[in-house]
Amino acid sequence: MAQERIFGTGSRREEEPDAPAPATPPTSGAAQAQRDTQGTDDLLAEIDGVLETNAEAFVKGFVQKGGQ
Amino acid sequence: MEQRIYGIETEFGLTHSAPQGRGLGADETARRLFAPVLAWGRASNVFLPNGGRLYLDVGSHPEYATAEAATLRDVVAQDVAGERIVDGLREQLQETFDAEGVGGTVHLFKNNVDSAGNSFGSHENYMIARRTEFSRLVQHLLPFLVTRQVLVGAGRVHPTGPPAFGAFTPGDGAASYSFSQRADHIWEGSSSATTRSRPMINTRDEPHADAEHYRRLHVITGDSSMSQTTTALKIGTTDVLLRMIEAGQILPDRTLADPASALRQVSHDLTGTAVLELANGGRRSALDLQHEYLEAVTRFVQRHGAHHEHMDWLLELWERGLRAVEQQDFTLVDRELDWAIKKKLLDSYAAAHGMHYSHPRMVQLDLAYHDTSPSHGLFHMLERRGAVDSFITPEDAQHAREHAPATRASIRGRFVAATHDAGVNSTVDWVHLKLNGEHRQRMVMCKDPFATTQPDAEAMIEEVLAGRA
Repeated sequence: MAQERIFGTGSRREEEPDAPAPATPPTSGAAQAQRDTQGTDDLLAEIDGVLETNAEAFVKGFVQKGGQ
Repeated sequence: MEQRIYGIETEFGLTHSAPQGRGLGADETARRLFAPVLAWGRASNVFLPNGGRLYLDVGSHPEYATAEAATLRDVVAQDVAGERIVDGLREQLQETFDAEGVGGTVHLFKNNVDSAGNSFGSHENYMIARRTEFSRLVQHLLPFLVTRQVLVGAGRVHPTGPPAFGAFTPGDGAASYSFSQRADHIWEGSSSATTRSRPMINTRDEPHADAEHYRRLHVITGDSSMSQTTTALKIGTTDVLLRMIEAGQILPDRTLADPASALRQVSHDLTGTAVLELANGGRRSALDLQHEYLEAVTRFVQRHGAHHEHMDWLLELWERGLRAVEQQDFTLVDRELDWAIKKKLLDSYAAAHGMHYSHPRMVQLDLAYHDTSPSHGLFHMLERRGAVDSFITPEDAQHAREHAPATRASIRGRFVAATHDAGVNSTVDWVHLKLNGEHRQRMVMCKDPFATTQPDAEAMIEEVLAGRA
């Protein structure tokens, strides 16, 4: 039972339509490290693609009341 | 204790960002977020078929409390499942806003601070033996909690350096990075209050179990963890230390002279070498104290055996985490520990853009690391790219959204699912299951948190399933 069935909103998939594939399971550290390095530029570009442009306004807009 | 119940309560941050207009306030956003929960359970405080609890807490924080777990794997799975469930609500609200033309983006954060300096928590619960003297337990646990942030802190950017606090003198206002998010917001060692003056250990004694044998240790000093391996290390190290204390192991007195100041000192010192004053006049660094605990635990495990399958993994990561700080080689743990994973990301971004930690973008990245969205959250972006390690499989996490761990929670979960599907009015808390029938009420108490079945509860669930309730 997916979470949508828990809260009853029909048959919509749980991921966003453009959501990426689920996390890959862990593999060897060395292989990952290499892929990691090669992917840094790509990663930074992806980050810039999702961040809101006005960093200051975005951060300032996040105000909660205190919790516990 | 050889077997223990664990649970994690997470208060999430929530914001509606509308760059082109005015975002909705936190209260309104939280109210809208919980509309599907209200429709499902006729309340904004519900127990779920996986045994967990979802509610709106103090200050309009969505909060998720995991079901009782008896293994590290289960507590991590339930914690991840909780994040996915609340993020599912975030996603539903986004779709509603899009459909209504409200616009903007709803963000949910699994972090511990907002931009105005408000803090909200991650609370760990450990069931402990009633026979263990509580003051002795707290005495040995506090120095551990103060210093464990060098391993399990979530990391935080301070664009104008560490804030001032009492005897703790901040730097020159230069931007900095700390191990912990929560350290700057804890005020005392142990107390029964939580919001007025924040302690590290809450002494409120609500066992939610047989009070003759158990009590509940409520640790509220920790940071919320994005990384599954950080969660496992946080719970696992605390558990094994408790096991040693409960076994009556003699430990040296490392009571800190000023725990609240020490917490800040440790958090803002990435070298782990800042000298902390002990109450008995001694002096130790965070690394000294952590090494003492690690060595004592390692000897204890050698003598008494491992009480679960992850002990070798746990001790290895504990040692490696301390070595990373000691040698200032953070690459040793930048796939496993939140503060190091985040710092690596920030440093890469800063280097590529010629930025300093004082840049507003760095604070935004810090926040975005904790964004629970699979597509926008930076931790999840790294996870997708295989740049961080996991502790459970995606299947484990999916399973935990629907199923309770093998504890008392499985009775509760089945009762909740059955009554909901049958449309039967019921009331549930951590211990009680109650049918609110028209003609008669029935209530069952589940006092043993390890029991996965209980005859009177099973009979009641059967009744509901058979349509006789």
